[in-house]
Amino acid sequence: MNFDFSDDQKLLRDQARKFLQDKCDRKSVRTILEDNQKNYDSDLWSQISELGWTGTAIPEEYGGLGLGMLELCVIAEELGRALAPTPFSSSIYIFAEFLKSYGTDEQKKKYLPLIASGKKIGTFALSETNGKPKPNNIKTQHTSGKLNGSKNPVSDGESADYIIVAANSDSNLNYNSLSLFIIDRNDSGVDISNLDTIDPTRPACTVDLKNVTCDRLGDEGSGWEMIDNIFNRAAVLFSFEQVGGAQVSLDEAKKYSLERFAFGKQIGAFQALKHKMADMYVKIELARSNAYYGAWALSTDSNELPIAAAGARVSASEAYNYASQENIQIHGGVGFTWEYDCHLFYRRSKLLSLNIGSIRQWKENLISNLEKRNIV
Amino acid sequence: MDFNDTPQEAEFRKKVRSFLEANAEKRSTLAAKPKGDSGSSISSAGAPETVKGEDAAKVALDNAKEWQRKKADAGFAAILWPKEFGGYGGTPIEQVIYAQEEHDYFVHSGYFEIGIGMLGPTMMSWGKDEDKKRFLPKMITGEEIWCQLFSEPSAGSDLAGIRMKAEKDGDEWVLNGQKVWTSGAHFADYGMIVARSDPTALKHKGLTYFYVDMKTPGIEAKPIKQISGSANFNEVFFNDVRIPDSQRIGAEGDGWKVSLTTLMNERLAVGDPPGLDFDQIFEASKEIEVEDGLAVKNSEVRQKMADWYIQSRGLQYTKYRSMTALSKGQTPGPELSISKLVTASKMQDVSSYALDLMDMSGMVHQDQNPILKNLFQNGYFFSAAMRIAGGTDEVLRNIIAERVLGLPQDERSDKKLPFNELPSGKN
Repeated sequence: MNFDFSDDQKLLRDQARKFLQDKCDRKSVRTILEDNQKNYDSDLWSQISELGWTGTAIPEEYGGLGLGMLELCVIAEELGRALAPTPFSSSIYIFAEFLKSYGTDEQKKKYLPLIASGKKIGTFALSETNGKPKPNNIKTQHTSGKLNGSKNPVSDGESADYIIVAANSDSNLNYNSLSLFIIDRNDSGVDISNLDTIDPTRPACTVDLKNVTCDRLGDEGSGWEMIDNIFNRAAVLFSFEQVGGAQVSLDEAKKYSLERFAFGKQIGAFQALKHKMADMYVKIELARSNAYYGAWALSTDSNELPIAAAGARVSASEAYNYASQENIQIHGGVGFTWEYDCHLFYRRSKLLSLNIGSIRQWKENLISNLEKRNIV
Repeated sequence: MDFNDTPQEAEFRKKVRSFLEANAEKRSTLAAKPKGDSGSSISSAGAPETVKGEDAAKVALDNAKEWQRKKADAGFAAILWPKEFGGYGGTPIEQVIYAQEEHDYFVHSGYFEIGIGMLGPTMMSWGKDEDKKRFLPKMITGEEIWCQLFSEPSAGSDLAGIRMKAEKDGDEWVLNGQKVWTSGAHFADYGMIVARSDPTALKHKGLTYFYVDMKTPGIEAKPIKQISGSANFNEVFFNDVRIPDSQRIGAEGDGWKVSLTTLMNERLAVGDPPGLDFDQIFEASKEIEVEDGLAVKNSEVRQKMADWYIQSRGLQYTKYRSMTALSKGQTPGPELSISKLVTASKMQDVSSYALDLMDMSGMVHQDQNPILKNLFQNGYFFSAAMRIAGGTDEVLRNIIAERVLGLPQDERSDKKLPFNELPSGKN
């Protein structure tokens, strides 16, 4: 039994943590929160790119470091702890993973080195309307090599240089009519307009497409299958990011409860608060363990991945939502001021629990995959 | 990351498997019961908390003793104990491996765990050599069963508040008072007891620890009928019970320290609580009809089941993290402290929700109940006890908050006064 990260991976974690404490403090997170003109911390982005984080799990032949997914999980947890305001997840967990899994050699050569070096940023455009993206509501059309339609919301779309777009090749919308296409955001038919989000450090936008030139990624008609797979992979990485944020929410709640006095003692001495923090701890440990299992499935290409990813995703989303909510509660009045940092976690946790599908959706994924496994 | 055993661990697992294959019946995935077993399938076969009626109890005890003897002969009855007392002289990871493997078999248990897991180690740490030689080997073989006489009507979570009197009379001690919630006192041969030897000393200082022969005149065990209908716990009355000073374990006044040794072993001894988990309700949901068809296809049911799945597997993987530390010869982190807290409530939620799914038929609680043979009805009752036994939910949350998170201890008004000056509800 070796259900833990290796010493080298732990060393990477320590280095990443120290680096982010230095270069990504709350002040720099707030700069992105408060400045409408800035979508992400570009200084931080260039530094983490120089360190090679963006290329962690991209093979050396495509300009990456060629380390494994476990190393990427380690980085993800640290980015989550630091609330890093960067398009790392869109570009690395999702865009790069799509290319790695489904790109032709030519496509990999064209895009991956630019993504690995951080010089270019990629993202993915799926949703078009309220509610769960599904075959009957993805209406963007692919005809004669051109894309037409409108995507909303698209995470990190304003920062992106390349966007993978989900579109139908058939006017009869069904599970087998969806394909994926890569577009260049500088195409004259691409119109991007910013959207406000519940966490402005993680921006999103509307992407309107008019006769946009595109390059198909993967097999025609296999869009949903590819999306499921890449979302499963991303779910594991997000779960580490969420566990990181949840842990800091608990740490900060604890710290405040030891500094704040009421009724003649530290508020952290009241059982009502002790038990609440114990519950935060329980949820976080469960989430961490589920995330570890996801990391194992991801790093070994196990066919357990759909189940392991959904378990990690649900557990981590719930833990972070709970920890960030109760962190505000433990802080009392100051917890909902702009000045205190509680809201940064409250915003981030909810956004992260929605960006690749809601908890509700992932619970459904979990049970349906368990049903499938049982039949097999 | 991998789930592989080291070569030594694999070797040990192989040994355990061949022993179990040759000597025990394998469980199916579903909680079906072996033939002729009248016990509940949520617990191990014929566990004392599930047996109803005196004849059944006698049969179950005989079966358990027979199984324990086999286990002891093969060396697996006390894996962590040194060989000189009949143990395996093994490592914690070997103990975990044995438990994992045994989990897949119907075996008789529930009689010897308190002795081997908690009381034996206490005797090893604090007892006299002649006592160790006399008692420990028979504890392992199951020839002698031990019980733990700790809790009292006025001292449960606050164990150090016990009132059982121990008065010295020459070379003897005279015990007077009452213990309660004593598992197995009605069939135990011996017990370990903590009593108040000096009421004028501070609460934690005036205690002394002994062992007693349960047949000593003046001891009377009365089973307490539980909400499940079975009676495994007892009230135990001590009426002028005279025992020699040689049965003292540890020094006079050191009873609290010795008790802590017993209690520290409790967490290890309790181990895997019995099933009734995601797997059982998932299976049941494929048999039960709700308003829109099979329960397993109902969206609300699926959402709920996902919650239990992540708790269940989250605990399993947490255990893997601890095992990893053990396997490397390190001390596991505090993460396993969440185990019983999560398990007990999950079992209560699962069973209560499953009864809901069964609708009117959920009311029926008899052995021929078609749906999983009373699994959820039994779990509904058993889980209520699990949330209390071995540390209530509230005590466990306090332990996590104080020992794991380092939050302040509760304010105590009982630490600075002699025991007989403490405020108390009853006098």
